[in-house]
Amino acid sequence: MDFISGQTLLEICKKDQISISTAMKQREIDHGVLTEEMITEKLNTVLTIMQNSATGPIKEPRRSIGGLLGGEAQKVNAFREAGQNVCGSTLSRAIAYSMAVLEVNATMGLIVAAPTAGSSGVLPGVLLALKETHNLDDETLRRGVLNASALGYILMRNASVSGAEAGCQAEVGAASAMAASAAVEMLGGTPEMCMQAASIALSNLLGLVCDPIAGLVESPCQSRNAIGVANALTCAELALAGVAQPIPFDEMAEAMYRVGKSLPFELRETAMGGCAGTPTGCTLSCQICGNCNH
Amino acid sequence: MNFLSIFDVIGPNMIGPSSSHTAGAVAIGLLARKMLAEEVKEVTFTLYGSFSKTYHGHGTDRALLGGVLGFATDDERIRDAFDHATERGVSYKYVIDEETLTDHPNTADIDMIGISGHTLSIRGESIGGGKIRIARINNIDVDFTGEYSTLIVQQVDVPGVIAHITQCLSDKQINIAFLRLFRDGKGAKAFTVVESDEPITENVLEEIKQNPNIMDVMLIQM
Repeated sequence: MDFISGQTLLEICKKDQISISTAMKQREIDHGVLTEEMITEKLNTVLTIMQNSATGPIKEPRRSIGGLLGGEAQKVNAFREAGQNVCGSTLSRAIAYSMAVLEVNATMGLIVAAPTAGSSGVLPGVLLALKETHNLDDETLRRGVLNASALGYILMRNASVSGAEAGCQAEVGAASAMAASAAVEMLGGTPEMCMQAASIALSNLLGLVCDPIAGLVESPCQSRNAIGVANALTCAELALAGVAQPIPFDEMAEAMYRVGKSLPFELRETAMGGCAGTPTGCTLSCQICGNCNH
Repeated sequence: MNFLSIFDVIGPNMIGPSSSHTAGAVAIGLLARKMLAEEVKEVTFTLYGSFSKTYHGHGTDRALLGGVLGFATDDERIRDAFDHATERGVSYKYVIDEETLTDHPNTADIDMIGISGHTLSIRGESIGGGKIRIARINNIDVDFTGEYSTLIVQQVDVPGVIAHITQCLSDKQINIAFLRLFRDGKGAKAFTVVESDEPITENVLEEIKQNPNIMDVMLIQM
């Protein structure tokens, strides 16, 4: 069994009465080199790394190599623990966790690219926050990762998850769509609802540019991961509540790819436009580089 | 199209911050260390292109060194690679070359001297998503990725050498996936690079070395 699009995945789920996570696992067993036991073991490793990277900086913050971040996750977490959070408990936790992962990444710690290093906070942020506020068990979390990987695979196959190719919408946008779909399945939604959530998530971030200051995965990447989780949870809520939007996931993936291709070169990871191109962005970039005496 | 696994999407498990500038750099260093086939005593890294401009913020310098020390892309010791090198008595230096144009923007040269005095120079390119290729060995252009079991034979470009290599492999029932020859010029130094889907057994190395026109054999096990 294999699928090459959201549409073919949904057909398999419908015909066999299975979830997206089950379909993705079966595809791996049929066509990959891993057994079911090996898949479970690797998923557990993924979840352990996600858990450690999402919580480590809250206990022990560290300054990034470029110096643009460090300590943000701890602040957001403390703010919630003091009862001052503006967002609800799930979203507030998800924001802190996603930003923690980006801090680990920027301090040469161990992360799981999901689907990329620059967007690596979104999926763990959503999974771990929901685990805590909805008492999800490990099996449910493994299903969440599998579900997300199915959506990510389709985007890698038919569109792009590279910031250099299609902007931040392809990195954080893809991660957000993957996390939205995972959240829907973990909370009992149907495969159709998962696809709806992912499609809305992509559409909400359509056009988002990749503009890292000094070319580093620090700012604005960290707060983009925070908006990635907010978008994912919002879209999961919409889909689970039965709110539909007209554009199917496959069409939205193609739209995202086309928008990405039409983004000018300056806004695709070259650190020349957007945040990186502001006077402050340029000054910071020059300070961080330090290769010359300007 | 290659099969995309769950763990091609949710992965790699890596030391940040960048798959190309950090994880790819570790992979180049580690492959260089495997090719040298002994502990490194002295190493010089030359960074070109984007590596030369953003190496500090991406930890490319520590990543390359960590790889040469034998650390994999998910090894948390990479962050402290400088300390680990000093502890092991490995001397290292960096040359930042922003002028020379290379084929790929993320390029590094690694010049190594091993503990027994063996020397090896390689050029590695980080081609995206943590994937890499080796583009040069000892000033001869080559092209391989290290994703397969790889046999690298240094030889004189004369008739019969490749027949000898393939005969040795065939005797050991090793199936060749790819075989390529790279040379300086006719009759000069050359490299044969053999990639196989299955492990290449160590005992084939000694037999290959029997040919007088073969100077050295390196093996990268999958």
